[in-house]
Amino acid sequence: MVEVQSQDAFVEFDRVQKSYDGETLVVKGLNLRIAKGEFVTMLGPSGSGKTTCLMMLAGFETATSGEIRLDGRPINNIPPHKRGIGMVFQNYALFPHMTVGENLSFPLEVRGMGKDARAEKVRAALDMVQMGDFINRRPAQLSGGQQQRIALARALVFEPELVLMDEPLGALDKQLREHMQFEIKHLHERLGITVVYVTHDQAEALTMSDRVAVFDDGVIQQLASPQDLYERPENSFVAQFIGENNKLEGTVEGYEDDLVLVRLADGAITRANPVKCGDPGSATLISIRPERVWLEGEANENTTEAEVLELIYLGDHLRCRLRVHGNEDFIVKVPNSAGHKHLVVGERTRVSWNAQDARALDPL
Amino acid sequence: MTKELPADPHVALVATAGGVEDGPLTMADGTSLKSAMARAQFRARLRAFLLVLPLLAFVVITFIMPIGELLKRSVYSPNFHDNMPNLVAWFAEHPPGTEPDESAYAALVADLRLLKKTKKAGLVGTRVNYELPGSRSLFTKGARKAKKLEPPFREALLKLDPKWGDPALWQVMRGAASPYTMNFYLAALDLKRDPSGKIVPVDENRRIYKMLFGRTLALSLLITFLTLILAYPIAHLLATLPLRKSNLLMILVLLPFWTSLLVRTTSWMVLLQSQGVINDILVALGVISDDGRIQMMYNKIGTVVAMTHILLPFMVLPLYSVMRTINPSYVRAARNLGATSWTAFRRIYFPQTVPGIGAGALLVFILAVGYYITPALVGGSDGTLISNLIAFHIQKSLNWSLAAALAALLLTGILILYWLYDKLVGIDNLKLG
Repeated sequence: MVEVQSQDAFVEFDRVQKSYDGETLVVKGLNLRIAKGEFVTMLGPSGSGKTTCLMMLAGFETATSGEIRLDGRPINNIPPHKRGIGMVFQNYALFPHMTVGENLSFPLEVRGMGKDARAEKVRAALDMVQMGDFINRRPAQLSGGQQQRIALARALVFEPELVLMDEPLGALDKQLREHMQFEIKHLHERLGITVVYVTHDQAEALTMSDRVAVFDDGVIQQLASPQDLYERPENSFVAQFIGENNKLEGTVEGYEDDLVLVRLADGAITRANPVKCGDPGSATLISIRPERVWLEGEANENTTEAEVLELIYLGDHLRCRLRVHGNEDFIVKVPNSAGHKHLVVGERTRVSWNAQDARALDPL
Repeated sequence: MTKELPADPHVALVATAGGVEDGPLTMADGTSLKSAMARAQFRARLRAFLLVLPLLAFVVITFIMPIGELLKRSVYSPNFHDNMPNLVAWFAEHPPGTEPDESAYAALVADLRLLKKTKKAGLVGTRVNYELPGSRSLFTKGARKAKKLEPPFREALLKLDPKWGDPALWQVMRGAASPYTMNFYLAALDLKRDPSGKIVPVDENRRIYKMLFGRTLALSLLITFLTLILAYPIAHLLATLPLRKSNLLMILVLLPFWTSLLVRTTSWMVLLQSQGVINDILVALGVISDDGRIQMMYNKIGTVVAMTHILLPFMVLPLYSVMRTINPSYVRAARNLGATSWTAFRRIYFPQTVPGIGAGALLVFILAVGYYITPALVGGSDGTLISNLIAFHIQKSLNWSLAAALAALLLTGILILYWLYDKLVGIDNLKLG
């Protein structure tokens, strides 16, 4: 995915800093450009600054320094009610003393829209989330999923061009969450709105987003498409945070062609793809995705001994925990297909992977 | 086929598996499962009842019975009836409006002689005195002299004191002849019976209770309103500040609770009196002259200021408990949806605090209506409330029946307001904590 240029950006964070106490920075020099119609997710552990960024965008927090622009216009000093940004809150924040219809009508009412026009818009927004029959219910009478839809409809009813979502699916059970992910994604495609989505659930981020910004420690660690993020993590944090990941610690021995030679903890030398590692002698961490490792495969540039420590049956596949190069948490996924080799605990076997799939990153 | 038993922990019963398909469920010994469960649940209920029994007995003996007894006094006053049997009999034989003849006076003298013997002349006199002030001595003197009276008794008594011929006295005695009377309620509403038995207002210069009821109501409403205005921002601050700061603030709110009511009231006296702190400061600053000191005590201002301060925590606490549960994201959502901060407050925040306002207002109002110490100390004559009059009748004039009638009217008034509140706001919406 190409980098969004400043002049094309719909939402732009320009060297934004945020500190609550004047001592520590929660957000450090954030630069982020989001194109119109894009679905960008801010992903990160709690305390990484992602929600703070969203709150600054919505206008509930002020940036300590730097500038936030919306459609080229600085919005630092615009109060939240004049920003015209839709928002879905973590707990939905549906007004408990109003019916669903009144909740949806509220943003139109404060904009001075006439009664008939309001009713029409409310009806359309409710139909959009298939909740037309619930117009006279109170939020407390709705299930979590239904409240979620109403919150979505309320954020969209006044037709904002930018919608923020703060972990909107956090309170739903797994099945409903996955269903709503698709619905939100489809709504985004149909309406052409720009969405900034905050979550700590990496699966959700990968499913829904055009691009994902991985936050840690107030800094964007990597901003990339879901595919790049998963397959080409640029540092150890991203590799760790997104998906499963086998780690092998070692030191850089030297470079050979476009590969790096790494001496592992048990003394063996392995070849890896140098993504973010230093000069010979410096520490590094090799990251290999479990599904890029073969058991008993044909000889490869990286083939090594392994001992089966644990097998976990997961239906469609087996999770196999191995000891590889002294690492006892080396995971390999074995498809549960006919004719695949049956492993037993304690068995010695061989594993191999491509040097390109072993990414040498910065040490944790 | 087995049917599931209700998940009641008290019912450790086993239904017969494979019992009659659609028939009633039975126990292993053939008795009905339903009655066995009812038995088990009855035992559980009985145990719960026995646990609360001591408290129930305590409340009944120390609270409900004395109050019932006092309320009974407002309609039941048997002193005259019990000690004047002859006159009571005469009243029973002659319909109202009959002129008291010689037989009536004979009965009266017979009763007066009886009073001398039983030494109850004071009690009877007091009873009549409630309704016709100045008649107590009539009875004590009459009883003392009754022995020497000779027929015809009418002339003899009138010679002793011409007041005995007063039709008003006979009207009062006829009323007192029945142990049950509504006259105390009439008195509590500034009404009385004229000699013909019609209900008429008392003389203008004796009307006091209605005005006091009105003042009590008005001042209580004013105090409720003032506490609301003062408590709302504080409660909001308490609910939104970080825990450590809000705890400190909460201690400041609760501090008055830990000080004696008397101390708080007297400290207001120190502040408010005409030689007090506030007046001294104003004089020192030159805002008012030394002769123009503001009278802030022994009038309504004193009562309102001191009571507002004392009742403030009762408004803060229910408001706080409701506001604490209001998620700040509601107001954020409203702001985000385009509402100004004022609209967000008016349309979103305020409606959600109504249960707390209702609870606080009801609490403060009911406390204020029955407040006694503070108005007694700082109220003077202008700032006293109905409860001060009730206390006066219980402690000084010893007219407990009138005090009981006043208290009963106050209680009725509060119950009516409570009922109105239920109609308008709904008791279910009340949140005390």
